[in-house]
Amino acid sequence: MAKTDTSKRLNELRMKHGRPPASPSEPKAEKPDTLREAQPRFRGLESGHRACQGCGEALAARLVMESAGPDVMVANATGCLEVFTTPWPQSAWRVPWIHSLFENSAAVASGMEAAMKAKGKNTKILSFGGDGATYDIGFQSLSGMLERHHNVLYVTYDNEAYMNTGIQRSSSTPHAATTTTSPAGKERMGKRHLKKDLLSIIAAHHIPYAASASVAYPQDLQRKVRYAMGVEGPTFLVIHSPCPLGWRHDSALTIEVARRAVQCGLFPLVELERGALTNIMPIREPRPVRDYLELQGRFAHLFNEKDYRAQEELDHLQALADHNMDIYGLRGDGLDPVDSTGMSHVRRGGPLMEGR
Amino acid sequence: MREALEGSLAIARAVALTKPDVVAAYPITPQTHIVENISKLVADGDMHTEFVSVESEFSAASVVLGAAAAGARAYTASASQGILLMSEVMFNIAGLRVPLVMTIANRAVGGPLSIWNDQSDSMAVRDAGWIQLHCISNQEAVDTTIQAFRIAQETDLPVAVCMDGFVLTHTMEVIDIPSQDEVDAFLPPFEFAGALDTANPRSMGTLVDPNYFPEVRHSHHAAMGKALAKIEEIDEAFAEVIGRASGGLLTVDGPKKAKVGIIAMGSVVGTMMAGREHYGGEVGEARIVKLRSYRPFPAKALRAAVKGLDKVIVIDRAISPGMGGVLGTEVSAVLSTLDKAPKVFNYALGLGGRDIPETMYRDLLTTIEAKDAPRFAVFDADLEKLPPEDR
Repeated sequence: MAKTDTSKRLNELRMKHGRPPASPSEPKAEKPDTLREAQPRFRGLESGHRACQGCGEALAARLVMESAGPDVMVANATGCLEVFTTPWPQSAWRVPWIHSLFENSAAVASGMEAAMKAKGKNTKILSFGGDGATYDIGFQSLSGMLERHHNVLYVTYDNEAYMNTGIQRSSSTPHAATTTTSPAGKERMGKRHLKKDLLSIIAAHHIPYAASASVAYPQDLQRKVRYAMGVEGPTFLVIHSPCPLGWRHDSALTIEVARRAVQCGLFPLVELERGALTNIMPIREPRPVRDYLELQGRFAHLFNEKDYRAQEELDHLQALADHNMDIYGLRGDGLDPVDSTGMSHVRRGGPLMEGR
Repeated sequence: MREALEGSLAIARAVALTKPDVVAAYPITPQTHIVENISKLVADGDMHTEFVSVESEFSAASVVLGAAAAGARAYTASASQGILLMSEVMFNIAGLRVPLVMTIANRAVGGPLSIWNDQSDSMAVRDAGWIQLHCISNQEAVDTTIQAFRIAQETDLPVAVCMDGFVLTHTMEVIDIPSQDEVDAFLPPFEFAGALDTANPRSMGTLVDPNYFPEVRHSHHAAMGKALAKIEEIDEAFAEVIGRASGGLLTVDGPKKAKVGIIAMGSVVGTMMAGREHYGGEVGEARIVKLRSYRPFPAKALRAAVKGLDKVIVIDRAISPGMGGVLGTEVSAVLSTLDKAPKVFNYALGLGGRDIPETMYRDLLTTIEAKDAPRFAVFDADLEKLPPEDR
């Protein structure tokens, strides 16, 4: 692919987000000599915590914290992230961090933000929750926080079930997935209902910025965090974060599973400003949903060829993915360097560089 | 300055004098006038605070938790169902030892629906780990509210100031509102050593396993014990600056030689005092113990207060169905260690806003003279209104 295409598209993005285009004469940052130097300077979430091998949420939280920078405070809902990072007397957080309850992290964050305002401080408040804390039990306090226009970045780590309590279905669990409370059986093909379209509900609050991201696309994810950090007002990010234990896939396949979710259209990566769609990550060659589903044990019952219902559910899920393709216009039209294929090849240290 | 003010407006002005950084609230009868008046003070520029008008009491409590945890002086107010909706957060606020202040405009808890006054709401959160102070008048409520902010930050405990809904919140009374200079002299700026701070990042509300949890609870209980002295000390300090005390942990009023005592919390204490004035000659003058600090419970002071009494009437403004009175049960437990413990008669009165007239004093004292006087009753229930099988 031609290099000019890359720069052009990246410059477009820079303009869109209020950053001047990179000047060709701009001195390039020196290549780091060691892996250690290549690490980001600030890590709000340290290693050594107790997340499972291949945990998508731990990776997502680290990426968010790297981009959010040190002048932040975190209000964290109850859930895996809270539990695996803070078994007393240890903590993996290098920023002020508070956990209160399951359903109030957005309200606690509202209070922290009000405190910063009252004290004339600029510290940005981040609010973290899983999909259970966000789509379900904490939904009201999230809506209130957005409506009152608090200067808070709310991040939901979406692993599509209550993983901390042992894989129970949430309103974010995809249709037909098995969980311990939506098992497949003679009478049921996993979860009977659809995954809640949370982003549309968030968009209806007409907040300055809302986006979806995926751990499979860290550069895209971090760009979205950086953009949200610069916005004065409520911003929202949902990050697709595979859970090897709950989704029943190999721990080494977290990124691949997340990537396929995007590439099949089941988890579209989009950006919304004031409720209007302003950007999408195009899909170069849409994959069939089967490619995504077959890696995960939670969909194993859909691959039972003797069960006529299995094909019906596969068709249903394919239709849901196709619907996303249509409503968000996800089909790419060429070799876009920042589409769902191009971005997978972007390496740390710069786009599309050969070598390291 | 002395002015005739509605209780709620007086509370709003008192809160303004403490200069809170953040106020969060959700409307509920009979607390509404407090937050309406605070909103108006903010709108008129007479109070500089981040007023967060939330979407539920659950969020109101969560917002003040977050604000205080981030180092801000924070205040909220609620009642009844609102307190119950807050209850999960209330336990959390106290468990995390976050100092903040709330007014509870006491109201019955449904169902069936009742918007009127009793103390079922604050009783329901008795074990949340908050300091709970009860007021008998609007003057006391004003003074106690101001004191509460200092108690909270000197104990690292949240403080609930309980005032009877309607009976106090909606009643005009001549009240002396302290001046800003006086309040400034009494109440230092907010300080919370445990606050979140980017210069010194700490994690708050972590997962605590069985190796540490009993120690957390012990230290909380110990802090409540230490708060007993603080509450008295701060009431004295308030009296020094403003010239008026609110009654420390409890106050004893009445003849030393009295053989009958009445123990109560809230506005009913005032009713009993008025009743004694009118009917004391007829049924005798009781010693009235006004309990101000319900949590921490002043066991030692209470044992001293009942010295010489043969009988004690404990008035409950709430009920624990299947047990009886809540305060009465606790008083019995506390007095049981005395060699000559007075006999405890525990009566629930005025549930769901049933009027408590001054004649109640006479009726109570007359009732306990009978040999078969019940040790517990919903005293003013008219059983004729119930079908026979429910009596």
